[in-house]
Amino acid sequence: MSHESITTLLWLAPLPPLLAFAVIALFTNRYRQTSSTIAVLSMVASLVMSFVVFFNVWQMKDLGKKPIGGQIGWLPTGETVLNIGVVVDPLGATFLFMVPLACTLIFIYSVGYMSADPRYTRFFAYLSLFAGSMMGLVVSDNLLTLFIFWELMGFCSYSLIGFFYQKPSAYKAAVKAFMTTRVGDMLLLLGMVYLYAQTGTLNFHEILRNEEVLKSLAAAPAVLGLGISAAGLIAILIFGGTVGKSAQWPLHVWLPDAMEGPTPVSAMIHAATMVSAGIFMLLRFFPLLVASGEHGTAFTLVGLIGAFTAFLGATIAVAQYDIKRVLAFSTISQLGFMVAAVGIGAYVAAAFHLLTHAFFKALLFLASGSVIHGVEHGHHHVSHHGHSGHAGHSEHEHDAHDGHGHHGDHPHHDDDQAGHAFDPQDMRNMGGLRHRMPVTFATFLIGGLALAGFPFITAGFWSKDEIFADAYYHGLVKGDGLATLVFVVLVLSALMTAFYTMRQIAMTFLGQPRSEAAAHASESVPSMTFPLIVLSVFALFIGFINIPKDFPVFGALVGDGAYWLKNFIASMLLEKPEPLAFNPVPVLFSIGVALGGLALGWYVYARNPLQAGQTDPVEKLPVFNFLANRWYWDELYRKIFVNPLQAIADNYSRVVDKNVIDRILEGGYALGARVTRGFAEFDRVVITGFSDAMGRLFRGLGDWGRELQTGQVQSYLLSGLVMVIAILVFFLFLFQ
Amino acid sequence: MQNVLNGIPLWWYLVVSSALFCIGLYGTLARKNAIALLMGVELMLNAANINLIAFWRYLAPASSGGLAFAAFVLVVAAAEAAVGLALVISVYRATRSIDPEKLDKMKL
Repeated sequence: MSHESITTLLWLAPLPPLLAFAVIALFTNRYRQTSSTIAVLSMVASLVMSFVVFFNVWQMKDLGKKPIGGQIGWLPTGETVLNIGVVVDPLGATFLFMVPLACTLIFIYSVGYMSADPRYTRFFAYLSLFAGSMMGLVVSDNLLTLFIFWELMGFCSYSLIGFFYQKPSAYKAAVKAFMTTRVGDMLLLLGMVYLYAQTGTLNFHEILRNEEVLKSLAAAPAVLGLGISAAGLIAILIFGGTVGKSAQWPLHVWLPDAMEGPTPVSAMIHAATMVSAGIFMLLRFFPLLVASGEHGTAFTLVGLIGAFTAFLGATIAVAQYDIKRVLAFSTISQLGFMVAAVGIGAYVAAAFHLLTHAFFKALLFLASGSVIHGVEHGHHHVSHHGHSGHAGHSEHEHDAHDGHGHHGDHPHHDDDQAGHAFDPQDMRNMGGLRHRMPVTFATFLIGGLALAGFPFITAGFWSKDEIFADAYYHGLVKGDGLATLVFVVLVLSALMTAFYTMRQIAMTFLGQPRSEAAAHASESVPSMTFPLIVLSVFALFIGFINIPKDFPVFGALVGDGAYWLKNFIASMLLEKPEPLAFNPVPVLFSIGVALGGLALGWYVYARNPLQAGQTDPVEKLPVFNFLANRWYWDELYRKIFVNPLQAIADNYSRVVDKNVIDRILEGGYALGARVTRGFAEFDRVVITGFSDAMGRLFRGLGDWGRELQTGQVQSYLLSGLVMVIAILVFFLFLFQ
Repeated sequence: MQNVLNGIPLWWYLVVSSALFCIGLYGTLARKNAIALLMGVELMLNAANINLIAFWRYLAPASSGGLAFAAFVLVVAAAEAAVGLALVISVYRATRSIDPEKLDKMKL
């Protein structure tokens, strides 16, 4: 396929979902079936185009050096023109594979998941807009359009988190997510402005594959005398955007609250795509990080924040009861893994983990949505019948109530017999679901094992191992302090990851049901289980795209396919990283923490499954409250930022607003009224007078002209004669 | 012929044609009879013809432009007279009058 056709496909790929958004929002918003069909079909169209591009470029060896794409002049800025365009390079190509695939599956899942929602079409409109923006972000060849799509995604995220806006916690979460990411976006915007001021372009290829530009950026000192190079400052500012979007500490607080949105949204936006966009951009700007110095401030900052976030997320996830919040903190932690990998220069490992994580985390979220759906159905079933049913309830009767509307993340009904609201997302209310929801259980198990890094047969193992191998090599072999720290912290975090994953699986699926709702839960519809099955295939096998060549057994098994991802996307970098020799130590660590964590979780939760009313063993930990309250970051931010701002705002409205602004406005009003009256007078005398005079004048002229029109041929001739004489006089005497 | 040309200067012809034109103009503007009005028009056309011939003969005898124009004017004048008389007749049939002052049908 020619490069021109690939470029055309790149231009077209983001369009179908964007058009679907317009069509649904404007025309078909009353027709549920039509709208969801349009959305899914548009996403499939986008998927087909992306796959055509991907399978045309995936074996090109020099794609990194010569990315395929095209540009158009967009904003003329005085003497220069700001070009925008599309491009596919190895990093973009892998995303062109992952993003539309994940989005399509989640669209299909949503058809089933949202089927009872009254705002079904609105949901698909937002989802389409989001998917189109994400596709646009992936194919963008410059920071400006990337930023535009980035912000569009932020808007969609805001709208979808607050989708159940009748629930106060949902709209608060939406505002929180929007405001928190805004901090990061502001830094990103500053970085972009600074970058443009320094280089005069925002095109990735022109900046990041051009050694001269990178050198001059590295040589220029940053503004404000910060003591670092311009490259370092720009990299840090851009990393600020990543911190916001990918929920890194200190801006991680929005992501757990974002779970107020419908579960497909959590899977798509807050696990697979939008939060990956932050890492994606960081990876794009990796050459800038390199230019700012191997052990420079930027790298150190990225590594430290990543490692700390990985640890923070993993510890908090241990002490959560909400099935989605466990996954949210796990996402924060895993994104921390990737950021930390970038911080130690493990470019390929970060990209690899990003890719595998997108699949298994989307899978986990969708499976958890299926669980919530099932439990919610069980709850409806029980409260509908108003009796204390038991597990032996007839299946037939159960199916008859499958059609019951509300489910999932809707406002909880407070008609529970116990008198308090029943929470279908609370894992303490679950248990024993493996019998009631076998497909969900199997797929959740696969996703969980991938997250825990279960050796060899899950994707998560290979990508996490790649990060460990890099960190071990740079840290303990080469003696880099930061990498050593990253290695230790990540190993600890991985141990906790395996533990909380096992805890989640055991509490949700093993043992006996701990509530009536769980006892009556039912398996979800095929449109929901089908995406789960597809995703679990990827969660198992996507890791095989980047197996080290000299890894025992598996390296030989994949043969020439070894290190495909590394060979493919490392051509993005100016200096190709040399492949690491196989080292058994990090692999053993990797296997050890995965199996160790799982075994510990098994020992605590699965050996003696939790009984109804029994307290969770982690509550005995002395730090439990600290962890359950998320290290009190939210309280801290509330004290430091929210409360003072609110106090300032209150005082401002009372003192400044009432006394100063209102006075000024009232004075202004009075003045304005006076001036207006003056104008009215002016209007009446001058403007109206003038127009009246003009009217009279032309009326007079008309009357005079009418008298000329006698209808008599001789008078016409006379006036013709007068005109001729007048013209003669003009030309012969006056015009000399 | 040469003598005549030498003896009679160009401006004599112009005086004659001007006089003729003014008579025609007066007739066109002032007569109360549509046929006389048409005759005035003919007079003006012939005054123009005298001018054309005179200028041709005195200033550019080599070319035939003046003659050609004069011939055109004669033909147009004949056609105009025919059309004009036909109009006068039809006006007379319609109104029983050929006084142009009484014809104000052209007023919208």
